[in-house]
Formats: sequence, structure tokens, C-alpha cells
Amino acid sequence: MLKISLDKLDALFAAIAEKEALYIPTDKAGQPQFARYEEGMKMTNALNTVKSAKDFFFPQTETLVKFKMSGKSIEIIDPRTEHEDFVVFGVRACDVRSFSILDKVFLVNPVDSYYENRRKHGTIVSMACTRPAETCFCHSFGIDAADPEGDAVCWKTEDALYITAKTEKGDALIEKIRPLLEECGDEAVEAQKEATKKILDKLPLHNFTTEKYNGEVLLKAFNSDKWASLSEACLGCGTCTFVCPTCQCYDIREFDTGHGVQRFRCWDSCMYSDFTMMAAGQPRLTQKERFRQRFMHKLVYFPANNGGEYGCVGCGRCLSKCPISMNIVKVAKAVEGDL
Amino acid sequence: MSNVNEFKPKIVAFCCNWCSYAGADLAGTNRLSYPADVKIIRVPCSCRVNPMFILRAFQRGADGVILCGCHPGDCHYTTGNYYARRRMTLLFSMLDFLGIEKERTRVEWVSAAEGAKFAATMNDFVATVTALGENKRLEDLRCKE
Amino acid sequence: MQGMMLNRAKELLGNGTVNRVLGWQAGEFVYDITPAIFESAEELDANFVYNAFCGNNLSKYLIKETLKDGKVLVFLKPCDTYSFNQLLTEHRIDREKVYVIGIPCDGKTSGEVLKSKGMTGITGIREEGEEFVVETIYGDEKIAKADALEERCLTCKSKKHVAYDELIGEDGEVLDSHRFDMVAQLEAMTPDERFAFWRSQLSKCIRCNACRNVCPACSCEKCVFDNPNSGISQKAAADSFEENMFHIIRAFHVAGRCTDCGECSRVCPQNIPLHLLNRKFIKDINELYGDYQAGAEVGTRAPLTNFTKGDVEPSIVYHREGK
Repeated sequence: MLKISLDKLDALFAAIAEKEALYIPTDKAGQPQFARYEEGMKMTNALNTVKSAKDFFFPQTETLVKFKMSGKSIEIIDPRTEHEDFVVFGVRACDVRSFSILDKVFLVNPVDSYYENRRKHGTIVSMACTRPAETCFCHSFGIDAADPEGDAVCWKTEDALYITAKTEKGDALIEKIRPLLEECGDEAVEAQKEATKKILDKLPLHNFTTEKYNGEVLLKAFNSDKWASLSEACLGCGTCTFVCPTCQCYDIREFDTGHGVQRFRCWDSCMYSDFTMMAAGQPRLTQKERFRQRFMHKLVYFPANNGGEYGCVGCGRCLSKCPISMNIVKVAKAVEGDL
Repeated sequence: MSNVNEFKPKIVAFCCNWCSYAGADLAGTNRLSYPADVKIIRVPCSCRVNPMFILRAFQRGADGVILCGCHPGDCHYTTGNYYARRRMTLLFSMLDFLGIEKERTRVEWVSAAEGAKFAATMNDFVATVTALGENKRLEDLRCKE
Repeated sequence: MQGMMLNRAKELLGNGTVNRVLGWQAGEFVYDITPAIFESAEELDANFVYNAFCGNNLSKYLIKETLKDGKVLVFLKPCDTYSFNQLLTEHRIDREKVYVIGIPCDGKTSGEVLKSKGMTGITGIREEGEEFVVETIYGDEKIAKADALEERCLTCKSKKHVAYDELIGEDGEVLDSHRFDMVAQLEAMTPDERFAFWRSQLSKCIRCNACRNVCPACSCEKCVFDNPNSGISQKAAADSFEENMFHIIRAFHVAGRCTDCGECSRVCPQNIPLHLLNRKFIKDINELYGDYQAGAEVGTRAPLTNFTKGDVEPSIVYHREGK
């Protein structure tokens, strides 16, 4: 275990930023967001960022290919270049797990080279939670908020930041900042883990579980008569999907630049009326079907195809951000009765 | 000798079919000169211009957008330009509120008999926008690549 | 209040005046309230709730509800009644199919507001005089009710109900709310400062469209931003231009029709002060074309579908004070 006193945190960030791009969660225009580190930037005190960290590997919008026209010729431009090395610092346990869920989508055959490129060059430094919120339920998915995964893991106590590497990438990062760090025992970290565990046990969603959901209950869940009332108030906005760390649906569109075309992909939301629009129209005709799609995907379809892993990490973003306060916890509890 | 790098603004002028477009025609037949960078888009009435048109013009590379219509009271459709007047007033005020240079947008009433006014207006507007420089605040980088 | 509303709702359901009730339903925590339809006294008893967290404006749901059979009972707060009138003006809801009960409102708070004050792990809330005692897993915290109000309630424009079939509680007055102060502050800045302010705010936009979907004035069957042929990257934060265009056009499309209910800013996951764009239009309309409050009366002609021969010229924008 290595540590650095908190008053030297700026020096630590500066040392990392000197070698590669560094992103930290900070308060920007009044909101906790990940931002590229600049001198003087402070970490946010908020538990988590509004938008998840999935942007780093699966950005909301990215150009896939460009076509440029001049006269009768068309030039095809591939915008892919080797991505720069970067470090994302202070990712919470839930968001770290979300990357392995995204990997199951983008790194299986056929591998998504855009995603893979970023994934290969990114180092994730996670940060253990000490003050989880009432909306947290990551423990329901076997995630330990007090001891997160990641290339390197940090624990922040009142006076120091403790750090340890878990992968080769993490070792490589720590090697670069080793002169700033001092060797230490792990008593403080163990004490913090104990304290956090006690808090986690007190959380209102401590007993929440999705274990009744799997591929076997597909039809029962699908045909539940609860969907109509659950989706009744849904606005059909994309807030839940866009703040979600695991939502991975996207749309591919083209933008006419006046002298060519840019083909880009952007996050899509199953809540939108044009989701999976085809020549024959939208297969999910009303908000009820679109709403059902989101939760069936996370609770039933995804685990059925991925060895029982749910498409949710319990970060609680949809619980706090939905304009009408409808969310996966309410849905899972309501539909559970019909399984 | 003129500088080859001299900034020449692109201007979009929405002109109503009945007055201003005819005014532009008259400017032409009278051989009055105004910069060739003014691209005229003919619309049936100034009231046809949706705020989106103005923004779209900026997106596609315009540095200034001007709307010309019949003088208030002379609209071919009686009242179209009165509505356009309110809309454009509010739109321009909103653009200004967002910190976008208000001089980049303008409304001018030009009748079919005012060829000279049309040319003078365009010359003046081009000069104003040239002084402002390139449109940076309401640009779409994708269209500039 | 909740008890009186509940009783009256059960009476009206019982005597057949209405066949369902549109209200608010309690959630998992104290603050996560969802709009809901109740069809029986049992459902009402089990889940109906009205408290300081019931901020949702229910009027827009009436577009959908009045297409169904039978009459629906709806509870409207003063500001919601303006949206209701505006929807009536635009013939979006069938007045005959709605029974409106006006309910008083002391201003609303929300989970987001409490969290923005540093409270976390919220498990409950108690009212003690002029204070809220917020129970959290980290201990109780006190906050004055006035400090816990949503921004839109701090500058509440009216406690008066402009539409109802019956009232529960006393009706209030139209207030002098200083709601344009922030707009005026921005107007007093230099264009560069304003540009920097709006870039920092609008660049947070994630294009979730929550502001549009919650807005009672955004009631088009098909939104211009949903038209795939419009060339708009409606769900992609593709370019700063797209962010500007979406918000300018959205605000413009509701200009003169926006009642300033504040739902857009409430629902924005990124806390963008969207109401300022709407208020800018309202302020301009008031100053240039005379005071106008959308939804104050049914059937009025909106400022942008109206004109006078002596209207100011657009060039006034170049000469106005404070810019």
C-alpha cells in the first residue's frame, strides 16, 4: 500500500497530467462532471458525476467516417487514429463495473474498434466510497463500494490518499508517480472499509435484489400487467438512458455538411419514439413497450445472454434524475410479484 | 493592391417575392453594385422565414443574415410582415441574450421601387459584418472542415 | 391537506362525477413522487400523496387523459392552472372531460434541492414549524423551508388559481415575484460574458429532451426535432451549434405560450437554467408589446400570433439600454 498526504494531491495530479491526459471529477458550471485536469482544478465533493464515466470509452457522439466531395470525386476519410493514453481518476465502484458490462457488448465479435482503441489506452483509477447515498444499491450486483475494481484503487481518508495497483496498467501508472508516494501499512484503509460496510448495511435499498430475474422468466415478466401503470407517467425523455453507465444502444446517422457527409454514431434511447425505427416504422408503438424494453433489457435479456450478469450496476443515477421518479428499483419490485 | 487574405463575409439575404426580390432586380437592371457575396433566397413573404432558417444559414457558413420584406402596411398578404417583425425582434433579442453579435442579423423593408435602397442596404450590411469578422459564435465546425 | 384531497377524491369517484383521479403517488423514498392515475378508493388509500415534493405539473397529462372515456379528476396547483388554461386556449384538452380541484401550494422542494445543500442518505423528512428536519443515515439535518424551495418557487409568480371547478383551501394572489431579476442581470453583462455564461451552461446539455417532453407548451404531435429529414442531430450533442439551436428554437416555439411553470429547469438532469431563456422572451414581450401572461385567461391571442401596426422595429435590439 502506498499513500500521499491530501495536501500534495495537486502535485500528484500535475505529475500524472504531465505524462498523459488526466480526467478527474470536478464541479463544472455547478455540476459534478469529469473534466480534463488543468492546474488548480479540485476534485468534487459530490458522491458521483451526473453523467457516468462511460463517455470515455463510448462517447455520446463520435464520427465514424467522413465523405468529402469535390467535383465528381469523393474522398473517404477514416477519422480513427491511435488514441492518446489517458487516466480517469476517481471512478466509483459502480462505474468501474459498468466498463466490464460495456466490454461484453463492444469487445465480443465483431470487436468495436472505436471502443477498443479507447479502452486499450485508458487507465482507470477508482475511488472507494465513504458516504454512499440512499439511492445506492451496487451491493445488489456484488459490487463492493468500499473496495472497488479498477487498474488502481484509491481510498481517501481525512488526511491522506491511499493507492494500490491491481493490474499491469495500474503498476505502470504508479511507477510514474512513485517518487511522490510513500510506503505504508493498510490499517487506515481496512478501518475505512469496515466503517463503510456498516453504512452500506444501513442503506434503505440494502435488501433490494434482482435475483428473481433471469432468462427463464422472460415471458412472465414480459406479459406482466404492471407495465401499463408503471409507464403511465413516463415522459419518453432520454434522461435515464443518458445518465446510465451501462446503457449502450446507439444510432448511426449521417450529417450533410454541405460539401460532404459525416457518418456519426450517437447514444440512442429506447425511450424515444424513433428508437429502432425501420422502413416499416417503429416496432414499439407506445411508451409502454419502449419503457418495458429498457427494463427487460437490463433485468432479463442481458443476463440471459451474458451468464447472469445484469445490465445495471446500482449507481442510482436514474433514481435521482428521472423527472417523474420512475426507476429500475420501483419496476423490479413491482414486476417481481408476477414472476 | 488588395490583400488576398482579406475577409469577405458570406451574407444570406431572405427576400420576399413581391417587394424586396423585385427591389433586388431593379438594383440589377439599374446597374447598382453591391457585393457578390450576398446570396439571395427568395421567399413568398417575409413571414415565411422561420427562425430556424436564420440559424441554419449561420450553420451553413453565413456570417450575416438579413431579411427583407415589403414595408409594413404593404404586405402582399396584408399582414405577413407584421408577424415577421415581431418574430425577428424577439429572435434577434434572444441571439443577443446568448452573447451572439446582434449586428449579424438585420431586418430591412425594401419595396419593389427601391433598387437603390436595396443596394445601399446590402453595402452597409456587408461593411458591418466585415467589421465583425467571421461568425464564430454560431458556427458549426462540421460544415467548415 | 392530503386528507381533505383524499376524501374529496373518494367522494367524487363514489358518486360517479369522475371515473379516475390524476394525482401523485408515493415512491421508494420520501421525495420520489410519481404522477399517477387512481381508479378506486383502495388505490387512493394505498398510494395517494400530496406534500412538499409533489412538484410535477399534471396539466400536460390531460392531453392524453381527455382522449379517454369518462371524466378525470385532477389536482392543480396555482401555477399548473396557467398551463391548463393555455392548453385549453390551444384546444389541446377537452374541458368537459376534466374536473379540476385547485389546491394551495406553499412552494415545492425536491430531493435534488436537498442534495444540492449537501444532504445525502435521505430516509425521511419531518416538518417542524418553519423548518424541515431531514432524516438521513448520517443523522438528522435541519433546513429552513424557505431555503429548501426550488428556484422556480422562490420567484413564484402567482398563488392564484386561474381555473378550477372547486377549490380546497384559500385562493391566493398574483405575486410581485422579481422573477426577471436574473434575466436583467444577464442583460447587464457584456455580450462576451453572456456568451461565456451560456456556453458553460448549454455545453452541459446531454440532449435527453426532458425539458421538451415535460413542457406543457410543447404539445406538438410531432416535434420538429423528431423529424429525421430535418437534418437535426436530435439526440447527439454533436456540435455547440446543435446545442444552441435546440435551445433557441425550443424557447422560441413556446414564446408567448410559455406560462413560466418552471418544469424545464426542474427536470434538467444537468441543472441548466432553461427557464431563463423562456423568461427572456416573456420579459421582452412584456416590455415591447405590453404585459402578457400566458394562461391567465382562456382564449387570448398569443403575442406572436398578434401584432399592432405601431410595433417596434427589430432594429430596437441594437439600441436597447443595458447591453
